[in-house]
Amino acid sequence: MSLRTLEGFKFSTLKTPVHLLDPRTKFLLVIAVLVPALLFANIYVMIALLLSQVPLLFVGKVARRWALSLRAGVFLSALIFVVNLFTGSYLSAIALTLRFLVLLTSFSLFFMTTSPDDLGLALDRIGAVRWLSRRWLGYPNALSFTFTTAVRLVPTLAVDAQTVVDAQRSRGLELDKGNLLKRVRNYIPILIPLLLIAIRRSLELAEALESRGFPGKEGRTSLFQLKLRPVDYSIIAVSLAIIGISFWVYFHYKIPVL
Amino acid sequence: MAHAPREIILAKNLGFQYVGARRAAIEGIDLSIRENEFILLTGPSGCGKTSLCRCLNGLIPNFYQGEWTGELLVDGLSVTTQLTSELSRRVGYVFQNPENQLFALTVEKDIAFGPENLGLSREEIRQRVDEAMNVTGTLPLKDLAPYELSGGQQQRVALAGVLAMKPSVIVLDEPTSFLDPRTAEEVMRATDDLRRELGLTIVVVEHRLDLVARYAERIVVMDAGKIVADGDLEETLDEKFDLLEGLGVGVPRVSLLWTMLRRDGLVSGKVPTHVESAASSLAGMMNQ
Amino acid sequence: MITLEKVSFTYRSGQRALQEIDLNLEGGDFIAIMGENGAGKTTLAKHLNGLLKPSQGRVLVDGEDTRKVSVARLSRKVGLVFQNPDHLLFSETVKDEVAFGLKNFGFAPEVVHNQVTRTLEALGLSEYAETSPFLLSGGERKRVALAAILATEPDYLILDEPTIGQDYQQKERLRNFILQLYSQGKAVVMITHDVEFVAESNPKVILLSQGRIVAQGPADSVLSKDELVKKASLVRPQMSRLFGELTKYGLPSDVVDVHRARILLEEKLSEAKVRVAQNS
Repeated sequence: MSLRTLEGFKFSTLKTPVHLLDPRTKFLLVIAVLVPALLFANIYVMIALLLSQVPLLFVGKVARRWALSLRAGVFLSALIFVVNLFTGSYLSAIALTLRFLVLLTSFSLFFMTTSPDDLGLALDRIGAVRWLSRRWLGYPNALSFTFTTAVRLVPTLAVDAQTVVDAQRSRGLELDKGNLLKRVRNYIPILIPLLLIAIRRSLELAEALESRGFPGKEGRTSLFQLKLRPVDYSIIAVSLAIIGISFWVYFHYKIPVL
Repeated sequence: MAHAPREIILAKNLGFQYVGARRAAIEGIDLSIRENEFILLTGPSGCGKTSLCRCLNGLIPNFYQGEWTGELLVDGLSVTTQLTSELSRRVGYVFQNPENQLFALTVEKDIAFGPENLGLSREEIRQRVDEAMNVTGTLPLKDLAPYELSGGQQQRVALAGVLAMKPSVIVLDEPTSFLDPRTAEEVMRATDDLRRELGLTIVVVEHRLDLVARYAERIVVMDAGKIVADGDLEETLDEKFDLLEGLGVGVPRVSLLWTMLRRDGLVSGKVPTHVESAASSLAGMMNQ
Repeated sequence: MITLEKVSFTYRSGQRALQEIDLNLEGGDFIAIMGENGAGKTTLAKHLNGLLKPSQGRVLVDGEDTRKVSVARLSRKVGLVFQNPDHLLFSETVKDEVAFGLKNFGFAPEVVHNQVTRTLEALGLSEYAETSPFLLSGGERKRVALAAILATEPDYLILDEPTIGQDYQQKERLRNFILQLYSQGKAVVMITHDVEFVAESNPKVILLSQGRIVAQGPADSVLSKDELVKKASLVRPQMSRLFGELTKYGLPSDVVDVHRARILLEEKLSEAKVRVAQNS
């Protein structure tokens, strides 16, 4: 599995209707897909769930990247299929493989259309997160900030990782030679510099943030705020309906695999 | 009638030793800085210039632990009694590495970060962000991600982020190390323009004097933790040239040239600090 | 000799980084590669030891095509010192760090030990042999990184931005060291935007812009041409700018070095003094 597959989960800065939805709305949408997917093992349900997300992928202009995330999932899908062939019927194997793809798509769609900043803003509004953050780190917004900063730093660290590999190869390090033990040991000259670079960077960043008043004595204001718009409310309503109906059907009927 | 600018930074016998260090990073620092000055702080590697800067905005002693001696007043406040977040309203800090001081997903959000921490109203934050972007020419970049920008653009965004805090002093610690010469000059010129427009006090740490010589009026030279020279840039280069050269400070080439010619008795007069003044001084000598 | 024959390189993203580069490098050469950010300098450097292979054209190192040889093998001859030493350092002691390359190349323990000792001495790092590299200052770490690459005595040495963050004395030391190296017959290539350092070291300058070589020649001729310098986002060295203002006195404009400047001015100023004496 190469690094390209992670592209299927990376946020892309666009302004499509899907991107502009409140992250809480989108998360509820994920739940609305998750609940029926997990409650039922019916092939038609899975296909419906998968197909219903496709228009969202196109509106959100992330269809091509989604294909990449699917490619990432090929190996796991095959594994799930084969394992379930042995433990159940081949129909259930199909259904469960489809379920995996449905969930993969749902999460992929969420992360590709929700910026880490908006995620942070949403996390900031969740009382439980604020409480935990206050207990653990002393400030209510520290936890969500930690999360979003970590996400932002990933691409920079990826570049550094490549540079470290280049630098050590230039000293004769061969990562593709030797037995398993040697290969693992060969990663030490890669991991240690990377770790230290990450630590140094976070210290420099911390300095810079503190120099701009973080975290602040008084309450922190946010220039940008999340607003639930009518379209958010309608989607939230639909999501809640789907979740409600799924549970109701689950408790009243027995849905077979096919 | 103009009145003397007020003293905005006062250090008395300031000293600091980091935890676990063999000797003090800075000691016996006596320094007085007035409003609207443009100061060049220089000295060989390890002389304590960065440590001194860290004291100015409170990173020392809040972020870095160690032993503090003496007194430092910034805008009337004693640094040891303030949190960095409070001092950040008065002293802004631009760091050497442009990339590691920007972290938001967009330029606009990054610039808004400082004022957000101050708990200001949303309207006030909006206004400050727009002003800062206008004055640094970073408005066209506002929706870009910091890692998509060039080094020079990043430093301008960093400046904007600092300006949004409305400080009276801005400290720039080797801000042009990673920039190419053309961009470095632009950043320095922009810094001076801002100083004039907004009445700021500027402290720049730099090895390469020629970059800053055109703008700085005063030079403070450090060595082994102490201040060894402090005065008007031109006069100091003139009178203490040998000291500076001996310390390994990167004196401007034109100053070096002039000193050599003066030693041979071929020119007389004050040492020029940058190309234009050197050219006119030499033209003067040759016109005779 | 390293030869680049019509080398072009395009990144997977479609970005064209190098276009038809022809270049020769041999022992005793001292070259500065300059250009704006994104001009392709680091991309070019990575072609010299095989980290990147050309999309078109070829790179020959002592007759071997880099596409047919491993990076490890090329690294024996071509030492690439990366800009940030923190990308290299990982060992417990400076000694171990410098020994790393030698061990990778399979040298016997006595040879490794001797080479490490010699290299540490040459770079003034002997006192730090048993120190952890992470406890050293930025400038010292840069020297350790340099030592680590030099220990294997590559014939070609490529330094990526060696002067960033260094004070004047450190740069002097570096300059002297480079002088030693190329007078010993090594080829030294420096990627830099430090115009004054180049002006004082007098290498051959290759100016890269948007992936192409737009100029090459001695430092004083390349760096005194305004349009070229502007294109590469550089600034003319102080001496050149000074003399640019003094051309009406019959002074040439392609002066970058302080000492040559002084000699030229000595003449004119002596003449002026004589004139003054005659008139009074």
